[in-house]
Amino acid sequence: MTDAPTHPLTRNVRPDRRPTDMAAYEANGGYNSLKTNIGQRTPAECLEIIKDSNLRGRGGAGFPTGMKWSFVPMDNATPGHKYLICNADEMEPGTFKDRLLMECDPHQLIEGMILSAYTLQADIAYIFIRAEYHKAIGLLREAITACHEKGYLGDNILGSGFSLEMHVHVSAGRYICGEETALISSLEGKRANPRAKPPFPQVSGLWGRPTIVNNVETLCNIHHILEFGADWFQALGKGEDAGTKLYGVSGRVKNPGCWELPIGTSIREIIEDHAGGMEDGYSLRGFLPGGGSTDFLTPEHLDLAMDYGTIGKAGSRMGTGTMIVLDDKTCPIGFIHNLTSFFARESCGFCTPCRDGLPWSAQVLESLENGDGRPEDLETLAYQIDYIGAIGNTHCALAPGAMEPVQSALKYFREDFEAHINEGCCPYERSASGGAVS
Amino acid sequence: MPKIRIDNQEYEVPEGANLLESCLSAGLDLPYFCWHPAMGSVGACRQCAVVQYQNEEDTRGRIVMGCMTPVTEGAIFSLTGDKASGFRQAVIESLMLNHPHDCAVCAEGGECHLQDMTVMVGHRDRRYRGLKKTHRNQYLGPLVHHEMNRCITCYRCTRYYRDYAGGTDLAAMASHDHVFFGRHDEGTLQSEFAGNLVEVCPTGVFTDKTLVGQYTRKWDLQSAPSVCVGCAVGCNTVPGERYGKVKRVHNRFNAEVNGYFLCDRGRYGSGYVNSDTRLPYPGMRGAEGRFTALNHHDALAEFERLTVGRRVAGIGSPRASVEANFLLRSLVGSDSFAPGVSEQEQPSLQRATALMRSTPARVPSLADIESADAILVLGDDVTHTAPRVALALRQSVRNRAYELAADMKLQPWQDAAIRNLAQEQRSPLVSVTPGSTRLDDVAERTLHLAPGEIAEFAFAVAAALSGGDSAGNPEAAAVAQMLRDARRPLIIAGTSLCEEALLDGAAAVAGALVSREADGTRAPMLSLVVPEANSLGQALLCGDDAPDLATLTARAEAGEIETLIVLENDLYRRGTGEEIDRLLDAVTTVIVLDGMDSATCSRADLVLPAASAIESEGTVVSMEGRAQRYYPVFVPGDERHSSLYWLLCCLKAADHKHFVDINHVDEVIAACASAVPALAGIVDAAPGGSYRSHGVRIPRQPHRYSGRTAMRANISVHEPKQPQDEESPLAYSMEGLNRDEPGSLLPFVWSPGWNSNQSLHKFQDEVGGALSGGTAGARLIEAAGPTTVPEAATPSSIDAATLELIPRPAIFGSDELSARSAGVRDLMPDAYLELSVADAKTLGVEAGDGVVLGGSDTAFEVRIDPSLRRGCVAYAPGLNGCIGLVPRSGVSLSMAPDWKRRDADLIARDGQEGSLS
Amino acid sequence: MTELIPALSDSEIAAIDAEIAHVPYRSAVAIDALKIVQAHRGWVSDESLRAIARHLEMSAEELDGVATFYNLIFRQPVGDRVILLCNSVTCWIKGCDKVQAAITENLGIGLGETTADNAFTLLPVTCLGACDRAPVMMVGDDLHQDLDPAEIEKALSGEPNRD
Ligand SMILES: Cc1cc2nc3c(=O)[nH]c(=O)nc-3n(C[C@H](O)[C@H](O)[C@H](O)COP(=O)(O)O)c2cc1C
Ligand code: SF4
Ligand code: FES
Repeated sequence: MTDAPTHPLTRNVRPDRRPTDMAAYEANGGYNSLKTNIGQRTPAECLEIIKDSNLRGRGGAGFPTGMKWSFVPMDNATPGHKYLICNADEMEPGTFKDRLLMECDPHQLIEGMILSAYTLQADIAYIFIRAEYHKAIGLLREAITACHEKGYLGDNILGSGFSLEMHVHVSAGRYICGEETALISSLEGKRANPRAKPPFPQVSGLWGRPTIVNNVETLCNIHHILEFGADWFQALGKGEDAGTKLYGVSGRVKNPGCWELPIGTSIREIIEDHAGGMEDGYSLRGFLPGGGSTDFLTPEHLDLAMDYGTIGKAGSRMGTGTMIVLDDKTCPIGFIHNLTSFFARESCGFCTPCRDGLPWSAQVLESLENGDGRPEDLETLAYQIDYIGAIGNTHCALAPGAMEPVQSALKYFREDFEAHINEGCCPYERSASGGAVS
Repeated sequence: MPKIRIDNQEYEVPEGANLLESCLSAGLDLPYFCWHPAMGSVGACRQCAVVQYQNEEDTRGRIVMGCMTPVTEGAIFSLTGDKASGFRQAVIESLMLNHPHDCAVCAEGGECHLQDMTVMVGHRDRRYRGLKKTHRNQYLGPLVHHEMNRCITCYRCTRYYRDYAGGTDLAAMASHDHVFFGRHDEGTLQSEFAGNLVEVCPTGVFTDKTLVGQYTRKWDLQSAPSVCVGCAVGCNTVPGERYGKVKRVHNRFNAEVNGYFLCDRGRYGSGYVNSDTRLPYPGMRGAEGRFTALNHHDALAEFERLTVGRRVAGIGSPRASVEANFLLRSLVGSDSFAPGVSEQEQPSLQRATALMRSTPARVPSLADIESADAILVLGDDVTHTAPRVALALRQSVRNRAYELAADMKLQPWQDAAIRNLAQEQRSPLVSVTPGSTRLDDVAERTLHLAPGEIAEFAFAVAAALSGGDSAGNPEAAAVAQMLRDARRPLIIAGTSLCEEALLDGAAAVAGALVSREADGTRAPMLSLVVPEANSLGQALLCGDDAPDLATLTARAEAGEIETLIVLENDLYRRGTGEEIDRLLDAVTTVIVLDGMDSATCSRADLVLPAASAIESEGTVVSMEGRAQRYYPVFVPGDERHSSLYWLLCCLKAADHKHFVDINHVDEVIAACASAVPALAGIVDAAPGGSYRSHGVRIPRQPHRYSGRTAMRANISVHEPKQPQDEESPLAYSMEGLNRDEPGSLLPFVWSPGWNSNQSLHKFQDEVGGALSGGTAGARLIEAAGPTTVPEAATPSSIDAATLELIPRPAIFGSDELSARSAGVRDLMPDAYLELSVADAKTLGVEAGDGVVLGGSDTAFEVRIDPSLRRGCVAYAPGLNGCIGLVPRSGVSLSMAPDWKRRDADLIARDGQEGSLS
Repeated sequence: MTELIPALSDSEIAAIDAEIAHVPYRSAVAIDALKIVQAHRGWVSDESLRAIARHLEMSAEELDGVATFYNLIFRQPVGDRVILLCNSVTCWIKGCDKVQAAITENLGIGLGETTADNAFTLLPVTCLGACDRAPVMMVGDDLHQDLDPAEIEKALSGEPNRD
């Protein structure tokens, strides 16, 4: 047995990002967990460990994985398939962590998925991946073939009696496919409209059957937890939360990138130490802590720990853990106009506040940015935030997510809005025209 | 029943309902768009938002969608609070961003749910400064008009068209605020139920093409409760009239019959009333053979002269009212009264009627049909013979989904969730027909057999159910098992194939299902499709001994008939030309009462112009045995009168002892009910003419009816006096109250703030439930006498060496009246013969080639139905060129000389299954 | 021309049928089928769309509804190589508009347009998940990172690669 790692997710990630193949993966302890769990522990025992580990979903919402899994009916009363789906659709603006995991260490994801499927007794697994990730798609397909050769996938895995089919499904685009129920619609060959919950996918998902959707990073943790134990995993985290987390920083920092760090690492450490601080000549105005649909935080929040609870209390969300940095030379209104236009364009078009409300918000931001803003526009924006910005107001979480940067920008950068209106133009050097997403 | 609190008021609400339904049922106005009582909830529009509070302490609450929120004991909501109403305003405001505000020229104006909801939420001022999105509209055929710019993207259209009605050629395209609802390319919508889009769409995207351009709005339509005479289903309708023309027909809700939806024959098939082939004046044929117009008085005098004291016979009509047929039968005597159907149809119709009256199974309403959980269809392609039944069957097959949903504690209104759960799982429907049908897409199994073989198959199923031997027929055994496993099995057959044994077989299956079940947990149903609006009423009136056309012909040729009176019937559609000529040649005088010119009219000596069903009062009996009354929407113009009126005048002139004192429709109805025991129930179909609502007659015109227009200004600037209605409980007026009246008298729906058809819920006890005034119509065959189940019967057979002509009616074309209506007429195909692949090969023909029937020189285009049973040649009765073909006769075919093929694309499209044109 | 190239080729049908093998009903592979045809032809014409729909036993409307939902199914002809230019927020901060201007200057096309020689089509795309190397774009299957508007020509050169 290998020593318990401190950076389980990236232990096989090479500096040059060359992918790990089967041989290299196994040489570093890969598929040990598979061999020591499948057929050795019962699925129920595995589930207990995952629950005990306090692993929370890394796809953005941070829902406890063990609890989510426990809603899947295990009595096998109704015959038919159960499905495990890996959400590898990664399109959240500013998010670039799942790409790294799949491009550098495809077997890690597959081992995690096999053990997740075993725990859930799912017999078919899909990796739903965005089409632009060509490299990852190829690597995952190769890895699946290699697993079949080794008997890690297919019928009667390692003689355990457990069988698993695994497919890579390449998406045809659209950000909304990352929303788990929209993803399921898309996998069924339909328009990717999200579905109302309840019923939750755990009981009625793909083809109406019990289905679990998890993020790439979440699934990459599973076999480590089953191999090294819940306590080990808990101990990896710095605060309340367990495990490590891939944190990223993009924007005008010296060293943009993505690092595996103990969950709960401080924001300052991430931005200043790992990302090297701001580029010369730029200073930090604010940042979205976890992708394009989280609220702005500001330099005053730098010493907060990046964990679910702390960031939540500060008025934002951990989201995907990948930060987008706003510098002092970039117009905050242009910034949120870009995001709002993005979300308006990526709306599935099903529910009114999102389909028609977001373009309306984008239009208001556009006139502000172009210097055509009016004082009452700020009221209109506040009105729209109220209207679109709460979970439950819309059919899925896209639109409320879209309003998070807007609402916090209005809070932290109000003077910028006013300057745009008063001066009748954008006071920043970054040209206004760049904001539009078409 | 859970108790909930809405704005500090307690309400008791139905278990399992959602909050939106509960609010509407409680009389609270909660705006909505995407939810529909027949289609449930998906939560797309977000218009029905309310605030829900966790508990007493919760003061903030959170927004939830009424339509997606189940009501649970003790739940606390606010409808009127700022948070909820502010949100609803924002929804409308954003729906309006791209809406064109073309209300003034929009056919939906004045009955637009979007207008109503906009006013209801109080949105007025526009803040959006951007450009509006525009779309390109599509040509969707002659019935439905498309104006995409008015779309508010509620998804009702595709949910109705695709999910509810099974149509495949209308879909949501694109995404975000570019979503477009339309076809892949322009062309006629292929669903026979497309017209419902007009009522389903909450704004003016889909409107009646036949109404667009008439510049008439709902508030200017005069309407009355009517019954569709397009087929025997008896859907309830509201035709609307202005300036003496029928402008459009909308659905009239009947919980037991058509619910919220009509078929397109029904919706668009009333244009014949405006047709220029209508007869305006009575006409008398002069010596030189030409007709002279007569005034009303002279016409009656002629009618009397030619009937009273002469040897008279009558031919009634299954498309005329019970009352008119009854009067004619009284005038000529029952021995001399033929029901007016073809020789081939008459025995089937009589048999079907007898079976319905004797079967121990239930003869189902449409609502019953929707509850079936296993269905066996024998013979008919119901989409074409009883269209609305097919739409009901598309709901029946969903019962499996509702069972699965119940296991998961989902409520039936959770539409999307249930569809996702059940996916393609359906309750079983097995279709045994000569060829493919429009329901094949939802059928678990299809079998293609000749009519006689279908009868044999039915008896094999019955035998298997009775524990008999079906060893020779594993398919029959499987169907028997399917029916045995069901709680509400339904057997459907029909008279369209003119095969009595098939009807017997169907009744035998239903009977076997009943007798197998002693504990009553199973409720088998037997539905027999008859062809016309009053076919069943006619059969009940005539009984089993009525003469058929051949008998009348023989008697005429024996000199026993001087005058023949033909009531609302074109006899040339009921037999071959030679047969009808023989009959008409053999009598001295032919009198025709009909609304429109026809081949029979051309043979008449006296023609009396009859009012249509939309201009008169009468009763028809639907295929479920439901007697239903229709009322005049407007007074017929010129010298048109109802057949009932003409005949009653004649009876009185003849001093007929039963009729001298009869002056009122109600008295005719009563006389008929007492003279014909099988029709005793017709008096209960609707209240009599003395019914008053709140002391006055029910208005046919809405409150905002605008009397004064310039339409008549060239004649007189004075408004003409409104006609008085002495007969019905309705008035040609806008005075009076349209509220709480019996369902059979509901002339239109409107309620303050609810100008659209969505106001219907104000007329229902609870949303989606029966009308508060009661369900229209009276079932006549409910309490059947002693029940019997047929033993084996021998199907008719033809010489195996010839091909057998099989009637396969067409929704657009087979019905005489609707075929004369604009729109429907455009969708009528040219005459064709359908062949099986094998027979086409033997004949050496392909689709698009021409063939002629042995002994005739009319050529028909060949269509090929790959599923058609070998040996069968199918035709659509009623199409020009098919008139006079003898159903079930043996025929031989040969290639047509000098045939010109049409464009290959057109042939391919027409030949496609379910094609309209 | 149209007669020489069938709307759906045998190899496309074979690839679609392979997908059908592991789904509960044919129309479930709608997206895969569109992608297969697009991989062969670059885009999905009306004729192909109708042929696929027939093969999947669904209507052209239903399939078109799916096809037009997704941004990576092309219902209009595209150039030999599609440039997917990320214009999400980090790339915007890092000047994707300047990259776009450089492309326009170089190729003479704006967003949604195709060069006259049919070599390139320029489309915007959602965040490409490479924000640490912004601005980025894809040319065909290749990801180009740390784009410098001044050196855009380099990124645009190279052989077309389609599968
Ligand atoms: C609009 C939208 C887009 C999303 N995109 C992604 C995505 O690309 N990848 C992902 O893992 N989760 C995404 N999610 C979250 C998923 O819905 C889901 O919560 C997640 O895949 C669950 O995985 P987890 O429990 O492992 O976090 C998205 C959610 C929304 C509302
Ligand atoms: S919020 Fe509504 S329109 Fe937006 S993506 Fe979700 S379901 Fe679609
Ligand atoms: S009616 Fe409730 S969301 Fe549309």
